[in-house]
Amino acid sequence: MDKILRIDVGAQGGPKAVETGLGDYKGLGGRAMTSGIISKEVPPLCHPLGEDNKLVIAPGLLSGSAAAMSGRLSVGCKSPLTGGIKEANSGGQGSQVLARLGYAAIVLEGKPSDDTLYKVIINQDGVKIEADNSLKMLGNYDVVSKIKETYGGKFSSLSIGPAGEMKLSAATIAVTDMEQRPTRHAGRGGVGAVMGSKGIKAIILDDAGCKIRKPKDPDKFKAANKEFVAGIKKHPVSGEGLPAFGTNVLTNVLNEAGGYPTNNFSSGRFEGASNISGETLAELETARGGKATHGCHTGCVIQCSGTFNDKDGKFLTKQPEYETVWAHGGNCGIDDIDAIAQIDRLDDDFGLDTIEMGATIGVAMEAGLAEFGDAQAAINLVKEAGKGTPLGRILGNGAEVTGKVFGVERIPVVKSQAMPAYDPRAVQGIGVTYATTTQGADHTAGYAVATNILGVGGDVDPLKPEGQIELSRNLQIATAAIDAAGMCLFIAFPILDQPETFQALVDILSGFSGEPVTADDVSALGKSVLKTERDFNTRAGFTSKDDRLPEYFRKEKLAPHNVTFTVSDEDLDQVFNW
Amino acid sequence: MIKIDLNFFATLSEYLPEKNDCYEVFEDLSVEKLITDLGVPLDTVKLIFINGKREKLSYQLKNGDRVGIFPPVGGG
Repeated sequence: MDKILRIDVGAQGGPKAVETGLGDYKGLGGRAMTSGIISKEVPPLCHPLGEDNKLVIAPGLLSGSAAAMSGRLSVGCKSPLTGGIKEANSGGQGSQVLARLGYAAIVLEGKPSDDTLYKVIINQDGVKIEADNSLKMLGNYDVVSKIKETYGGKFSSLSIGPAGEMKLSAATIAVTDMEQRPTRHAGRGGVGAVMGSKGIKAIILDDAGCKIRKPKDPDKFKAANKEFVAGIKKHPVSGEGLPAFGTNVLTNVLNEAGGYPTNNFSSGRFEGASNISGETLAELETARGGKATHGCHTGCVIQCSGTFNDKDGKFLTKQPEYETVWAHGGNCGIDDIDAIAQIDRLDDDFGLDTIEMGATIGVAMEAGLAEFGDAQAAINLVKEAGKGTPLGRILGNGAEVTGKVFGVERIPVVKSQAMPAYDPRAVQGIGVTYATTTQGADHTAGYAVATNILGVGGDVDPLKPEGQIELSRNLQIATAAIDAAGMCLFIAFPILDQPETFQALVDILSGFSGEPVTADDVSALGKSVLKTERDFNTRAGFTSKDDRLPEYFRKEKLAPHNVTFTVSDEDLDQVFNW
Repeated sequence: MIKIDLNFFATLSEYLPEKNDCYEVFEDLSVEKLITDLGVPLDTVKLIFINGKREKLSYQLKNGDRVGIFPPVGGG
């Protein structure tokens, strides 16, 4: 991983690729790499879909090595949804393969001279860029099928669906999984729209002939990785709960806790929760011949995913995540798991963020475009977005745009990005993260749910403001470091509870680089990423007024606890004062 | 006797008794006694929600309580 591939999509005669050394970016990976390049090279006031924005795709520091859980990919740009810096994180095979091909980053830059669509093919022999207008407006599943026909063999791909080509703010970049299905997505913030604006439909990666990345200190690395895997396996969340029920086990937990946003964040409990719970989903998957336990990338030892077959036993989609089941389920009053799985497939195929789309349809239902609970209407609305009708383009630009167009006051966004599946009034720690993260409302940026609700990493009362600032701050720092390493965020469950597993991670980093690494170094890495991102956002015009939840979270009480969000503005402004 | 709305989730669901939504117990029975009487191994229980709030094993049940018991779980 000692080179950066830069593709100038505006070059005369079509996109031109140049390889450079790492230069100033030496030693960076994942989110540290994407945010480092964006912050230094992208003018913060540029138009996100214009010539000066860049799309940066970076494997983590440990990706492509034998380190368990190291296959997360970071995709960065100035976000068309938030107007701020973006790092969208994805599983799938892309990160491991790109790292083994030797690239620390791919940077798409410039502006295409016409509307020709291109695909980029990268293998051990080098980089080829080919025009391919036959891919125009194809869904991600068809794109992958066509690549299989023309390219064959064992490849991974990154691609955009029609949503990315239409430059919708909810557009994703799909990453194929171990079965070459486009089920993993760099989902948030409209990264797919930026790829679309560069005229690149797909990036095909083939690491045949490439070797696994070797650690500098193999003995230390191997021993630490063994301890790390043992720690993941022995922790009940990563070793038992996640493999058995997947992330959707949280439906019942958040519903019991009264923090499950229902009918566009108007209540904290959903009557139909048990019909769409992780327990119900796992049972149904198994009964239909799918898998309730499945990994998204090589080297995953948690296996939180699964495969979902339709009523005829035919593959429909991967096991929908908790956030997806919530967004298209309870948030829209829908308790039909088959309908939710169908929407998951449509979102993946069109290349749309399931969280943004579910939140958007919730807002649309509040506006009266459909009734809460009407699954068929929700499916039809997602199809509108995929087709690109005028209504569909409004919806595909997210909850805020949709709420404005239809005159809705209750729009659950921060920095224009929709909130995920935890109501910030009943889980106040996650409210602090939503409000203050550089990314716009994002649960993964500092997952305070762990300590507020799940009893992981200690206990902080979710209904009170006390302790939430420090909790969110520490989690945001740790998460930025995990994202830079290319590690799956679910390692947080064991490393928060087991000091020896955290130490094993530190030793993996040290064994891999051959340099001494301490826990303080990991914390410093996380802080430096956050500082870089905050600096970009400040230069893009963000102030403390953007680090706030929408007004109604302080005014409207949420049942069943009848609480509002009570962390003060003054305290929110202290999150980054460490 | 009082009635509670009792639920066991995830791997604990096998211990759920019949008529769990209006399950009869003695007033002030502790959660610890409730679940051990139902054969649930204590070391498998991580999260106890009573009316949406996290409580300890020593919590004494009241009439109408909504009780949700989970093993260690996570996601996100």
